[in-house]
Formats: sequence, C-alpha cells, structure tokens
Amino acid sequence: MKVATEKAHFNVETIRKDFPILSRKVNGYPLVYFDNAATSQTPQQVIDTIVDYYSRYNANIHRGVHTLSQEATDAYEEARIKIQKHFNAEKSHEIIFTSGTTHAINLVASGFASLLKKGDEIIVSALEHHSNIVPWQMLCEKTGAQLKVIPMGEEGALKMDEFEALLSERTKLVFVNHVSNALGTVNPVKEIIKKAHEVGAAVLLDGAQAAPHIKADVQELDVDFYVVSAHKMCGPTGVGVLYGKEEWLNKLPPYQGGGEMIATVTFEKTTYADLPHKFEAGTPNICGGIAFGAALDYMNNIGFDTIAAYEQELLEYATEKLREIEGLKIYGTSGEKTAVISFNIGDIHPYDIGTIIDKLGIAVRTGHHCAQPVMDFYGIPGTVRASFAFYNTKEEIDVFVKAVERAKNMLS
Amino acid sequence: MKTIKEIQEEIVDEFEMFDDWMQRYEHMIELGKSLPLIEEKYKTDDNLIKGCQSKVWVHAELEDDRLVFTSDSDAIITKGIIAILVRAFSNQPPKAIIEADTTFIDEIGLKEHLSPTRANGLVSMIKQLKMYAVAYQTQLN
Repeated sequence: MKVATEKAHFNVETIRKDFPILSRKVNGYPLVYFDNAATSQTPQQVIDTIVDYYSRYNANIHRGVHTLSQEATDAYEEARIKIQKHFNAEKSHEIIFTSGTTHAINLVASGFASLLKKGDEIIVSALEHHSNIVPWQMLCEKTGAQLKVIPMGEEGALKMDEFEALLSERTKLVFVNHVSNALGTVNPVKEIIKKAHEVGAAVLLDGAQAAPHIKADVQELDVDFYVVSAHKMCGPTGVGVLYGKEEWLNKLPPYQGGGEMIATVTFEKTTYADLPHKFEAGTPNICGGIAFGAALDYMNNIGFDTIAAYEQELLEYATEKLREIEGLKIYGTSGEKTAVISFNIGDIHPYDIGTIIDKLGIAVRTGHHCAQPVMDFYGIPGTVRASFAFYNTKEEIDVFVKAVERAKNMLS
Repeated sequence: MKTIKEIQEEIVDEFEMFDDWMQRYEHMIELGKSLPLIEEKYKTDDNLIKGCQSKVWVHAELEDDRLVFTSDSDAIITKGIIAILVRAFSNQPPKAIIEADTTFIDEIGLKEHLSPTRANGLVSMIKQLKMYAVAYQTQLN
C-alpha cells in the first residue's frame, strides 16, 4: 500500500481521449463524471478487448477440444495470472473469479458457516458497506456466532484501541473495508491484520474502494482474503475477484454446486475440483474476466503511483474549493483518504443538490451510499459524494463547484 | 369547485410561462412552500412513501366525501413534486382521484421524474395517493 506524493507526470488530456464516454453531453452540458467510486469508466482498450472476444473467440472455456474454446481458456487463465501478479498473490489458483465484491464476500461468509460455532465472534467495522454487514448478520443467525463492531470517531477513522479490546480467542473473523466507500478513509489494515492474527482470527479486506487507487500486495499485507470488483477499476460490471490464501480456500467448502466445480460425479458421491475451480461453478463471465485483465494492464501502464499522486492533487484542489462554499461540511476528514469527498450544505437535502447538478451535466452520488450506520453516526440522511478518477480534471472540479454553488442558491 | 383536470390544466399553463428547466425547478420549489403540511403526529413510518431517496409523508382524511391530503418532505424538490400532486388531487372525491390521468406531469417538463426507476419516487407518490383514494372509496360504498 503506497499513496505516493510525488507530482504526477502524465497528460490527462491524452488519457481522456481513451474514454469515449467522457466526450458525451448530458442535459446539454459536457459530462462531468464524479461517480467513480460507484462505477469507473471504461477505456477504449478495454472496450476493444470485449469486442475482440465476441468477434473472434467467444466460446465456453475449459474441457473444450476445439480451437476457440482453447483460445478463450488461454485468455481467461492469462487474465487470472495478470490479476495474481497485480495483487502479488503467491499462486494463481488463489485467485477466484466472482461476479463482484458482494458475491466474493458471500462466498467467504457461506464457507465460514461450517467453521463457526456458538460463542464465536465476528468483528466488522462501523464504516462498512451494507454488503459487508448483511452476510455476517446472516452468518451469525445461522451459527449462533456474535457480531461485534469497531466504532469510528468523528473524523471517520476507526477507533483502534476499541478494536483491540474486542479481540479475543473467540474472534474467528475480522472484516474491514480497506477504504471506506462513504467517506474515503483509508483504514490501518496492516495493523488490523497483525492484531487479528495474534488471536488466530482470519481477516477479509473489502478492497472494492481501495483497488482503483492503491495497489494492494496481499502477501505483504499477510491478509487472508481480499475482494475487489472490476467495474471500479476501468473494467466491466459483473466480474470481480476473491483472493484467498490457499490454506483458507482449502478449508472452505464449495459455495455453489454445478459444472466446473466437480472432479467426478456419481449419485453416491461427488468429489470437488481443485482450486480455483472448486469455487467457480457454472460458466463464468469469461469476457468479463479477460476484460478485467485488460483493465489492469491499462491502469498499470499509467502506474498506480502516478494515479494516486494525481488523484490526491484533485482531492486537495476540490477540498480547498468546496470549503470556500459557506455552510458546506465535509464528512470524513481523517488524514489518509482516497479521492472521495462526502459533503452536505447546511440542511439542504443531498438529493436536491444531486438533482440540480445533474441538470448541469454532473454525475455524483447522493444518499446513504449503502452505509446507513455511517450516516446514523453523523445524524444525517445522507451526503453528496463526489469521487474522482485519474481521468478527471481541475477544470471539471471548477465546473462542479460552480454548479454546487448554483444549486445552493436555488435551494436555500 | 374545480375538477382535477381543470387544476392540472392550470398547473400546465403556469409551467408553460417558463422557458428553461431552471425556472421550472424554481417554480416547483416555490410551490413546495404552499404545500398543506402534514401534522407532526402523522409523520410516522406508516405514512412514509417507500421508494424515495428523501422522506415523503402523506396523510389523507375525508371531509364531506372529499379526500384531503396533507404532506411534507425533507427534500425541497421532492416537496415541490408532492405539492403539485396534492394541489391536483386534494379536496376531490376519491372516485375522481382513482380515475385521474397523470400525463400532465409530462407536459410540465418533469417527464424524467416519471421513470419508475428514478430515485425520487414520483411514481410511488402517485400510487400512494391513489391507494388512499381506493381505501376511502371502499369506506364510502
């Protein structure tokens, strides 16, 4: 994990040309896309990969004897290796393709159902996305385990001393997002993993919000499970990855039954396939997996240090400009955060601001960002969330700030 | 007493005076200020309309066989939208509300809000007002 501070040396105008969607107009205005934390945009290189797949070698993978099937299998497995290298996993079969982060989390939660017993404890953070709370609540209901929550402070950072107090030999699992989706806070995951391991608990990090900005090294982190979605990293929707340490993946039972995941089947007994296929029942999103690989190539070609440095520049610029608006309050002000600004103005409803600036061509997210506990903490119905990507510009931030001011004038 | 159709035409005429979306929204916000407010005691979860990103409460009461709506929202634009609906439908016989057409929304330039997937829940609001009308109509029969 490294958030670089060096000045970026890349030409954003050249990069923007790779993203056809950025040249479209919305409601008569040039699109300003600041909803990257929900879904990032797709560069032509990734679009070309998708078109190429369906134009030249669309076929079902594995076990096919024909050329197309072999080509598709090779490309899919090559993507798996790209992802393995990107996250520095030790083995390629520790990379399981899923339909996204939510699917990956549910896969782990479902697997733990057979490993937990009454009295065991699961710890989650107060900063979690709903998809990171609900599966554990369901798991607790099923197993009799208890859910504990690491509280957060006013700045949006987790209270680490309280986390340590929650840890005990009863703790079996700790689930934390690497970066908070609602606030952008970067959590001290290395410390969390170290402390959890001291009591023998496994750690799953939700990397969905971190992966577009920070290149995580799963071996260096020593994390047990790490999950990401492709659609937040310039890839297509409907595909993601679960990284799991081999020993953990071997311990978990299969998640779904079906083709691909079996070795032999008789009516008496089925033996399961080896990793990673044990967890990849049915025909996967083949094209999506290949395109995810292409998206990683694209981002690595620019470089994550360069991306992080440029996005931090955007974050600082936008924070400074927004602060000039009277009555504007930013939520999530902890020192280390990714390029996300969650804010409200006075008691204006975030929905009102989002609606007005949409009319001016600006895409932001409004609402509770699937993190109601975080909103409850601040006692607000939601926020306006602007999230930046490396293809955004300071000029766009200027347009955005003007639009927010205009909305404020209309609404107050 | 004006009919729902007459009131809707009146609203459409008002909105026609504005040439751009900005003025239309400003007018809608203005209309929100004249919304007959729901009493605090009726701001309960039961009276909350589902499917809106902001909160909208609606209460309905029969007065001389006419259904009277009061409402409120925590978002200004949503309040404007519900105010338009309440203005068109309130103080009308339940039967007329059930049978009322809502295409006037289209004509006042709020067409984009009519999509059922839109987070503001205009469709849910219309459905809720009509549900009240159905419930009270049954009572009248």
